[in-house]
Amino acid sequence: MDATDQKRLLREMLFARRFEERCAEAYHERQIGGFLHLYPGEEACAIGVLEKARTGSDYVVTGYRDHIHALKSGMDPKALMAELFGKETGCSKGRGGSMHLFDPDVHFMGGYALVGGPFPLAAGFAKAIQLRGSDEISICFLGDGANNQGTFHETMNMASLWNLPVLFICENNLYGIGTAIERSTVEINQYKRVAPYKIEAAQCDGQDIDVVMDHAEKAVQYVREKRKPYFLELMTYRLRGHSMSDSGAYRSKEEVEEWAQRDPIGIYKRRLLEAGVVSEDEFHAMDKAILDEIENEIVRFAAESPEPRLEDIARYVYTEKEAGSHG
Amino acid sequence: MAEMMYWQGILRAHDEEMARDPLVFAMGEDIGVAGGTYKATSGLFAKYGEQRVIDTPISENSYTGIGVGAAMIGARPIVEIMSVNFAWLAMDQLMNNAAKIHYMSGGRIRCPFVMRVPGGTAHQLGAQHSARMEKVFMGISGLRVVTPATPRDAYGLLKSAVRCDDPVVIIEHESMYNLKGEIPDEEFFTPLEGVEVMRPGKDVSIFAYNISVHWALDAAQKLAQDYGIDAEVVDLRALKPMDRAGIAASVRKTHRAVVVEEDEAPVGVGSEVVAILNEECFFDLDAAPVRVHALDVPIPYNRHLEKAAIPNAGEVVAAVRKMLGR
Repeated sequence: MDATDQKRLLREMLFARRFEERCAEAYHERQIGGFLHLYPGEEACAIGVLEKARTGSDYVVTGYRDHIHALKSGMDPKALMAELFGKETGCSKGRGGSMHLFDPDVHFMGGYALVGGPFPLAAGFAKAIQLRGSDEISICFLGDGANNQGTFHETMNMASLWNLPVLFICENNLYGIGTAIERSTVEINQYKRVAPYKIEAAQCDGQDIDVVMDHAEKAVQYVREKRKPYFLELMTYRLRGHSMSDSGAYRSKEEVEEWAQRDPIGIYKRRLLEAGVVSEDEFHAMDKAILDEIENEIVRFAAESPEPRLEDIARYVYTEKEAGSHG
Repeated sequence: MAEMMYWQGILRAHDEEMARDPLVFAMGEDIGVAGGTYKATSGLFAKYGEQRVIDTPISENSYTGIGVGAAMIGARPIVEIMSVNFAWLAMDQLMNNAAKIHYMSGGRIRCPFVMRVPGGTAHQLGAQHSARMEKVFMGISGLRVVTPATPRDAYGLLKSAVRCDDPVVIIEHESMYNLKGEIPDEEFFTPLEGVEVMRPGKDVSIFAYNISVHWALDAAQKLAQDYGIDAEVVDLRALKPMDRAGIAASVRKTHRAVVVEEDEAPVGVGSEVVAILNEECFFDLDAAPVRVHALDVPIPYNRHLEKAAIPNAGEVVAAVRKMLGR
């Protein structure tokens, strides 16, 4: 990877961090409502994996911590922020919110609130791809908590049985909401849980984007060429709460601090500094430009966008075609 | 015009749609090699192969979700659930995903998903194979729910459902797969909305759907023969969205209404129709509307108890006579 791409990746991770931090501010200012689940600490996962996919062509689906997956898939950050603000210009026209981002134009097929709900959807995209005979793949990002749902086991079985081209990415951040993995799950190594379904699997560091990309490249290639599922577990950690209403009582400050030392942006920045790819001055300039863009373009766009019209409340319940028509 | 059985109508619709569009596919338990519990997919496996006629494991929620996902990117799944009780297991994918994706994506993602499922009581199958879940499906925004009462509509509703860009639940009936009826030779589509007057009449409107249409028709015949009462039988057919104008139009003519449902009364088709009558044409009514419905019990195994739990044509006749005082 050349220096230009390395700088771009560093910028993407930093942008993701600043975007999420700005969301938290907007939430406290009540410009964003509902539930808000932020991604700081896990940036290398979505950005590293999707760097090795064909974004815009491969189909991507995830849970409710979905902002960065949507951005890396190619969603316009203005449409994302506008959605969080509940505006008509949002990616889901203000009907979805933080947990339900959609952009079918870039094949980002959604964020979903039900834990484990996207497993079968991802396999369904792969089934449609299989019927069409095209070479896209389906990529499903979910947390370790999702693997205790029935949909995990049912979908792994069918995806393997039917040779569906789907890449399952498990972002293992060690907690299902506020319950530690060893308190909810017998086998804490998630990649081992697909062995009975005869799915190839691996586990790697999710904090070092170079490691993530290395594993993701192999995984994507495997699924694309063999037209079979693959399961990749990324060991990661969220530096903020599960959502904005998180007491934090379930983990120690020391543990959070320990993981903060392995912040994916810090790791990558240090590497690029040491290699002379980027300087401290450049990094600060990059950060300032990001903050300017978020404030003056993105948040401004969201704030100034119109609300959905009340008279449109029943639009989109059904598709806008003549009722009962066909063809 | 050919006489066909209900299951043959469903099979013909599958076959025509699968032949027309390579992205139409069928999934369900035992639908392929075994030919389907109700024969409604028999022969399709040999004709279209295992990629498009898929025998699933017994994992209702996730194969429903696989169908939903495939529909989201342009395929046209027809998912068969073997018995309506099993659809409870698929409610997460049906209700949280299929029904809501179009709305919560601001209309950007369509979900042309079809679920076929037999409902109703059959022959001593017990409480866990005799559910009537229309009240549940019709309470979910974003779904369409239709119930064919005849072989013609079993064919025509599936044809329309496959072509529709919204998720559609088709509730068939365990006891009607061998029902015979005329189906036109040429292709046709039964609308997914609107009632159909099955027998015009002037004294009372009997609203029914699915198997209760047959109880209503039998009752109407007896009422005419034995009591000189001219009943109109209206097949509700589409339970969601329900045809409010069609329901009111019949009652504006007859001024009386009886609703017949195989389901328990609390919460359901009967209560919804009565509410619609209140809202749309209260002052056209000459009598308080009446519901004929199943008892509010889990369906018992014993055949006498089972029979007593669900309504029949005789109960419809009695309800109409009581209403008219004849």
